[in-house]
Amino acid sequence: MPVNVIQSGIMTTIQDMGRPGYYHLGIPMGGAMDRYALRAANALVGNPEEAAGLEAVFMGPELEFTEAATIAVCGGELPPKLNGQLRETWTAFDVEAGDILSFDFLQAGARGYIAISGGIATPPMLGSRSTYAIGALGGYDGRAVQPGDSLPIGAQKAQGRAGKSIPNDLRRGPTEGCVLRMLPGLYWHRIAKKAQRTFFEDTWKVANEADRMGYRFQGGQPMEFVDREQPFGAGSDPSNITDACYPYGSVQVPSGTEPIILHRDAVSGGGYFMIGTIISADMDLIGQLQPNKSVRFAQVDMDQALTARKERKSMLSALRDAIA
Amino acid sequence: MSCRYTFGGDEHIFVEVSESMSLEAFFVSLAITNAVRDAKIEGVTEICPANASFQIKFDPDVIHPDRLFGILKEMEADAEKAERTLNTRIVEIPVYYQDPWTHETLMRFRERHQDPNATDIEYAARINGYEDVAAFIEAHSGAPWFVSMVGFVSGLPFLYQMVDRPRQIEVPKYLRPRTDTPKLTVGYGGCFSCIYSVRGAGGYQMFGITPMPIFDPGQTISYLRDFMVFFQPGDIVKWKPIGREEYDAAVENVQAGHFEPKIADVIFDLEAFNADSDGTNAKLMEALNAG
Repeated sequence: MPVNVIQSGIMTTIQDMGRPGYYHLGIPMGGAMDRYALRAANALVGNPEEAAGLEAVFMGPELEFTEAATIAVCGGELPPKLNGQLRETWTAFDVEAGDILSFDFLQAGARGYIAISGGIATPPMLGSRSTYAIGALGGYDGRAVQPGDSLPIGAQKAQGRAGKSIPNDLRRGPTEGCVLRMLPGLYWHRIAKKAQRTFFEDTWKVANEADRMGYRFQGGQPMEFVDREQPFGAGSDPSNITDACYPYGSVQVPSGTEPIILHRDAVSGGGYFMIGTIISADMDLIGQLQPNKSVRFAQVDMDQALTARKERKSMLSALRDAIA
Repeated sequence: MSCRYTFGGDEHIFVEVSESMSLEAFFVSLAITNAVRDAKIEGVTEICPANASFQIKFDPDVIHPDRLFGILKEMEADAEKAERTLNTRIVEIPVYYQDPWTHETLMRFRERHQDPNATDIEYAARINGYEDVAAFIEAHSGAPWFVSMVGFVSGLPFLYQMVDRPRQIEVPKYLRPRTDTPKLTVGYGGCFSCIYSVRGAGGYQMFGITPMPIFDPGQTISYLRDFMVFFQPGDIVKWKPIGREEYDAAVENVQAGHFEPKIADVIFDLEAFNADSDGTNAKLMEALNAG
């Protein structure tokens, strides 16, 4: 029995943990921008953590249930309302056939994740239900959800999950003075010593061009390049390279002015140099940044990156234990 | 050719075979990435060859970055000795140069271009020393092209012109990328031609459009039923200039499910190509036209 979409918000997409294995063809992994939040929401309602849910950016959708289910909303502070009554985020609650789920205004972060017991059961493409709109893959007919859509829900529903709640210290979200950790590398040697310093010293602001493909930043000092004769095939701008692959999380700086962090729906390659890569532990945080938010970058080495990764894993285990 | 290794965060190793583009660099990248695929290394999740570099994505919980680094370095030594011969195919791609759709788009983004008073192809012809656009189209479509990378978005091929370096066309990318490019635009940036597989943003100069889809997520187009992406690295392409009537007919054929691209199986040998590029190309064309 489906969930009917009455309003779709600004952009609400079906996402799971993505489709690895096709990046060499320019098809990105995709999946939830904030994976921790989708895992938490799924865990709350008793779904496999990788189940498909809804990712709502800046504004929640309005949904009508046609049968009983348990739902949870995690990630950005997007307060759910059941038949007009406010409910808690990061907490599972039951809905009945005929109930309407809507949302209050977003109070923090950028994206709310809605898990429904049973999981969204649209047909997977290349192993995932994630919406990759540019390539018309996954999602609802290859696109974001729209009013009038009926979302199929899986039959395997856990029971007795209502009231389960994630403890406050495990509700990971955006904090004031967000710091993103970057491992310098790739074409880091292309910028002058001063730019290598100011990149970490300056405060940057999230620009309006911030979506699933990438986040652009403004406000820091332009970068000076190390002089060189441009290699054949690269193009004439000092920020051009012979078109190469882009790591997820890599930070490219076209013309040395506005850094762009590639995210889950990254373009797989191109001709702009990259100065390093945001570590895997901090990728989720980017998905909760709103335009105009202040951000600083911090330099880390590989050992620190791997330690941060471990910390993130133990936080996830703690979350599982807390609501088991 | 000594590769430069660098980490892309804690989940990628990025290897630059050469700063500049060459088929030699491509073949090293292809040999190492093939070796990585054959080795089935536990923890490796994506293997992405590019023009003159490549990238491996891995799970550092399964394989430590330093260990994968060591394995790749060993593979580099073997790659230098690898055969530089490919069993591949040559494909004829019809191109309607100076079509109305890319023209409309490039006019909309004139202020982002190096030369707002010329079209992209007029600009490219001029800076590459061609007398006029017709001569430029002849050069662009005269010799075959080598697919040295697939990526950016949805199966987009990067194509490298199979002529001596002095004859290779080079153009800069737009000053600022466009927010729109028609689907199936034939573009150009640096020394690479490309086909935009889907509509979207782009920074390459726009020369024309092909009626032949190269990405079909629904897998309904006759030649994309087996897989939604048409190109793979190592494919060889020959552009065939067409006019409006032929373009419209081809579009109709695609829609009716009758369009079959002209394809021939060929063997590409880099040594033979380096010794005599025109002769090698002539043989490739023979194979294409015999098919």
